[in-house]
Amino acid sequence: MSGDGSHGHPTLGAYLGVFATLMVLTALTVWAAFQHLGVWNTPVALAIAVTKALLVALIFMHLRYSPKLTAFVVTASVLWLAFLILITISDYVSRAWLPIYPR
Amino acid sequence: MADAATLAPEQPPELRHHFANLEAQKEDSSLGMWIFLATEVLFFGGMFTAYTVYRSSYRAAFEGASNLLDIRLGALNTGVLILSSLTMALAVRAASQGKKKWIVLFLVATIVLGGVFLGVKVVEYKEKFDRHEVPGPHFVVPMNEETHQPLPRQSEMFFSLYFCMTGLHALHMVIGIGLLTWLIVKATKGAFTARYNSPVEMVGLYWHFVDIVWIFLFPLLYLLGRHTL
Repeated sequence: MSGDGSHGHPTLGAYLGVFATLMVLTALTVWAAFQHLGVWNTPVALAIAVTKALLVALIFMHLRYSPKLTAFVVTASVLWLAFLILITISDYVSRAWLPIYPR
Repeated sequence: MADAATLAPEQPPELRHHFANLEAQKEDSSLGMWIFLATEVLFFGGMFTAYTVYRSSYRAAFEGASNLLDIRLGALNTGVLILSSLTMALAVRAASQGKKKWIVLFLVATIVLGGVFLGVKVVEYKEKFDRHEVPGPHFVVPMNEETHQPLPRQSEMFFSLYFCMTGLHALHMVIGIGLLTWLIVKATKGAFTARYNSPVEMVGLYWHFVDIVWIFLFPLLYLLGRHTL
């Protein structure tokens, strides 16, 4: 297992910058939740959450400075989560007697 | 055995014999931790899936019940947890520089912030018990504060998911605080140096993961119905 670019760590400034950005994004998601965005409220909230999660993973968890194999494990976990949710939902929405069935 | 004897002076005590060197040991610890976190993604993933199915099924009930959560306490806890992630990251940084005093200081700060988070959670849970919004035999269907009409019956489903998801998250926080306590004891004894600090880094990964789970729980549980107010 050889590390590709596994050396180097974030500077103190990078940590503080990420922290400040996470706080701003938290305020932004609270503000956005009260806006009337129609069907877009949830996608906007999730987009902000994904951005925050990426900042935590890349900088706080050093994913950016980790071997490619680590990024591979993370990608695999997100992919399996997507399978879990998408396949379950596709099953539920295709049953006409359930309330989730699109009408 | 003669080989082992000649090698002994070069073998640092923290290096397990099946690793070639400390660098390889560190990379493998990290990979193992990330694989564990991948299983945690799916552990929480089951609940996020259930949430997606039932929220899509009972939109009005979920939006109405979500609006009964205290957004200020939820936002406060989000800030507290993000701050605790910063102190955890700084503890890992101090560990990589072998600065014992700072490792202990930042780990203690992380525990305190984790404690504040759980304290706020206790206040929130108690309010839900007092208002009979906890699923079970004592559940009373809450009223919509604007229209003074009862919420749909499935609001109980929202609170079931709320307690399961935040409860599992809080359990992870409690375990995290236990791990941090263990780290502080070891750090005080000078166990972590610039050469060897994997335990601090691994607990750090775990703590940041728990933070990420909350980053998704906060909008999905507290914010989903605010635009209907």
